[in-house]
Amino acid sequence: MASATSGATRDAFGARLAELGAEEPRLVVLDADLGGSTRTVAFMKRFPERHFELGIAEQNLIGAAAGLAMAGKIPVATSFACFLAGRLEVIRVAVAYNRTNVKLVGTHAGIGIGDDGPSQMGLEDVAAMRALSGMTVLQPADAVETRQAVDWMLRHQGPVYLRLTRQNVPELHPADYAFRFGKLDPIWKPASPPPKYQASILASGAVVANAVEAAKALERRGFMAQVLNAHTLKPFDADGILAAAGSSSRLVTVEDHYETGGLGSAVAEALADRGCPAPLVRLAVRDFAESGGTEELYEKYGLSANHIAEACLRNLD
Amino acid sequence: MAVSSPGQTLSELQNKAKRFRVEIIEMLAEAGSGHPGGSLSAIDFLTVLYFGGHLRHDPKRPDDPERDRFLLSKGHCVPALYCVLANAGYFPKAELKTLRKFGSRLQGHPDKRRLPFIEANTGSLGQGLSIALGLALAAKLDRAAWKTVCMTGDGEVQEGQIWEAAMAAPKYKLDNLIWVVDYNQVQQEGLTKAQMDLAPLQDKLEAFNWQVAEIDGHNFEAIDSALRAARQATGKPQAIILRTVKGKGVSWMELQPAWHGKAPKPEEAAKAIAELNS
Repeated sequence: MASATSGATRDAFGARLAELGAEEPRLVVLDADLGGSTRTVAFMKRFPERHFELGIAEQNLIGAAAGLAMAGKIPVATSFACFLAGRLEVIRVAVAYNRTNVKLVGTHAGIGIGDDGPSQMGLEDVAAMRALSGMTVLQPADAVETRQAVDWMLRHQGPVYLRLTRQNVPELHPADYAFRFGKLDPIWKPASPPPKYQASILASGAVVANAVEAAKALERRGFMAQVLNAHTLKPFDADGILAAAGSSSRLVTVEDHYETGGLGSAVAEALADRGCPAPLVRLAVRDFAESGGTEELYEKYGLSANHIAEACLRNLD
Repeated sequence: MAVSSPGQTLSELQNKAKRFRVEIIEMLAEAGSGHPGGSLSAIDFLTVLYFGGHLRHDPKRPDDPERDRFLLSKGHCVPALYCVLANAGYFPKAELKTLRKFGSRLQGHPDKRRLPFIEANTGSLGQGLSIALGLALAAKLDRAAWKTVCMTGDGEVQEGQIWEAAMAAPKYKLDNLIWVVDYNQVQQEGLTKAQMDLAPLQDKLEAFNWQVAEIDGHNFEAIDSALRAARQATGKPQAIILRTVKGKGVSWMELQPAWHGKAPKPEEAAKAIAELNS
């Protein structure tokens, strides 16, 4: 990967959260014995009175966050993506049905976490959170975007789920990037954009970098693909998808998430809702994965730049 | 904030509770579905809480940030809460007859989207105490004087989330949190002690470092003094275990699991009301 690393998106989240603590007195942070991993430690050190360690008890973590929100606080509750999604019923009632201003931050998204293996890989969380009425789902691709997504999340009145990586990711955005909530981010185009792309690659989170790498490799072979970064997974940018479908020969979605209910599903739903048939190839995780290095796993489970390029070139007839 | 009604005398409260039982039966009969058993076991406590001067609230200012919060975690017993809230002046009593009907603000379980003075939407058992804990943490953070009172059932205490909250409240010394267990001995499919016994609940909560009062939940004087003591206590979260009788007041409903979640038919309602008025 040519770009410099921006660290993990969890790192950018933790750093920004600690900064925002000084600006936003209503901000409180709750953890379930994973603050070191979710990167809330910096906030905890600066604002210990506004940090609540609730132990290994995620149901209570989420419920207590809802109560704090009902009293006017802006609670940020963190854990691994899989452990939050596992408490869906509490999120459903205490957060979504009560329409509380709770911010759920799930780190360790997807198979990209690597060594810890399948039980720690959040692979169903986007599907679960998208299923909840009123829930907003965000997944930034790098540090620049994460900081702005955190800012947006705290300004927004209503429940938000923010999905973050354990592993380092390359910096893809320039420093002057402006996060536009709810809009596909045209993160990469060939040097000479064609009238019609041969493929539009839609990616979210850590694998946006793989998509950009694939598009660059394709460009060198004369194949014109653009990359759209889907940082907002709910509400989904249906207009943006329609525009992409109209300006490219195929759509390819890439996500470090199970194949059902995530980005690929959101794209398919948007196309179907608008009566817009378009060739669509969905790259996603299709089984519980295994321990290993991030790159090895992305290669084996079909999310690497090689696989993305192949999906752009594959004969769909 | 002043309490909405200065504490009424115990005999006035008893008369009120007797009338509220009739209203609960009428509501449920009209609705044709709902949960009489746990509503009847809880109503004595709710009457003393709302009309005995133990809850700082004002129906004219339901969004007052300094109000005390009451959360009914056992949301299926909301007929009892609707009855108390209507009688306190939060909404017209005529609306009680719309319970569970299409278009009604009185949903089958508490719904603050339609009734904004409901503190929390509940109905998934085990969740209310965690929400109450969060409210109590917020009040502590703000050094505010308001209290949070949360009522759970006894069967509900079987939920694991209850014990997560039960561990957390003493850690933060939430003496502004009052957890009330309506220990009415019966849950949907049978007796609590047969489904999954909680005993000895007082010992368990004390071992978790709560200050616990176990009282007769149908004794108005006992409820009154337990609430008074819990409001004044410092240093520990407060639990009040109400020893109650599911279906209390209607002899043939008492301690009968069948009356957990079944509304009386019109003739049954008439019979129940006759007994309550006798």
